[in-house]
Amino acid sequence: MRDTLIWLGLATAIAAPIIAAAFSPLLQWRDGIYITAGFAGIVGMALLLVQPLLAAGDLPLSQSRARRVHRVTGALLFTAVIVHVTGLWITSPPDVIDALTFTSPTPFAVWGVIAMWAALAAALMAALRKRLPLRPMTWRQVHMSLGLIIAAGTIAHALLIEGTMEVVTKTALSLLVALAVLRTARLIFRRR
Amino acid sequence: MTTLPRRPLLAAGAAALITSTVPARASGLAPTPTMRGGANNYRPGAPIVDRIGGGGFMMTGTVLRAGDGAPIPNARIQMWAHTTEGHERDQRSHGATLTNAQGRFVMDMPQIVPAFGQPHGHLAYDADYDDNGFQTVFLRPIMARASDTTLDVQFVLVPA
Repeated sequence: MRDTLIWLGLATAIAAPIIAAAFSPLLQWRDGIYITAGFAGIVGMALLLVQPLLAAGDLPLSQSRARRVHRVTGALLFTAVIVHVTGLWITSPPDVIDALTFTSPTPFAVWGVIAMWAALAAALMAALRKRLPLRPMTWRQVHMSLGLIIAAGTIAHALLIEGTMEVVTKTALSLLVALAVLRTARLIFRRR
Repeated sequence: MTTLPRRPLLAAGAAALITSTVPARASGLAPTPTMRGGANNYRPGAPIVDRIGGGGFMMTGTVLRAGDGAPIPNARIQMWAHTTEGHERDQRSHGATLTNAQGRFVMDMPQIVPAFGQPHGHLAYDADYDDNGFQTVFLRPIMARASDTTLDVQFVLVPA
């Protein structure tokens, strides 16, 4: 019963912002690539909620299962970032070049780009885990620090944007991501 | 032999400097700088049109000369945006018009909708497509609300 409630809660937290965005009036004036890019961003942000929960063992999964799911979710999250940036690039190359070179006129682009680089670093850390000369605890703390940067950057990026995300579900997801990341960070940085 | 009082002399000199330079600048109209991202998706030489697409949104503005603020007639201004009828990069989203004797321009264009996170328009004064001899300026004004149906901008240009 408890497990079912946890899964239901998580599914709702992920689905609500995606479904709400699907009703955005802005979609009718965007082509398929731009819409895909936007939704990749929303899916990526929603997956950001799952990662710290898996890392902390908050979901009803065995430890080894949680680890495997954490890896798969991480790969999906990074794929979402790639689809997001590529789709925006196809839609308006100069705007994405401005963002990547930190010369964008919009105040939110810089946060998205910071989160993107942190996500790349976190993904590389995961891929090279065995080859990095780091003790497991140090590895975890660095990976978690990158997670904090990804979460903070993504939340600032999303909240400042006037886009397809609906405001209430966007704010709720931002809050949940912040809480989950901070809670897991506390666990990881306290464990000595 | 009398010596000149130094302090009042310095003060007078400083006052003369201030009155001779600062007010002369303050009374002049400052030029409009090109905005970040203003030239994004610009289409050099977009044709002069009566209206962009079906219209419904009013892009208006004034083009003035820096310093004395004199209106600049026949200045060619191009405007484009992500609208209900197309993306910024689409040719149909672009059009140009000329200012009247008062330096005013008006373009009826489709409703601007938020894109790349902000409801915004783009405008260009491009020296390469205008014979008035002013320096190129690109603007990227942001609408106060996405529901706005007008946007008014000002170009203050500097002779090239």
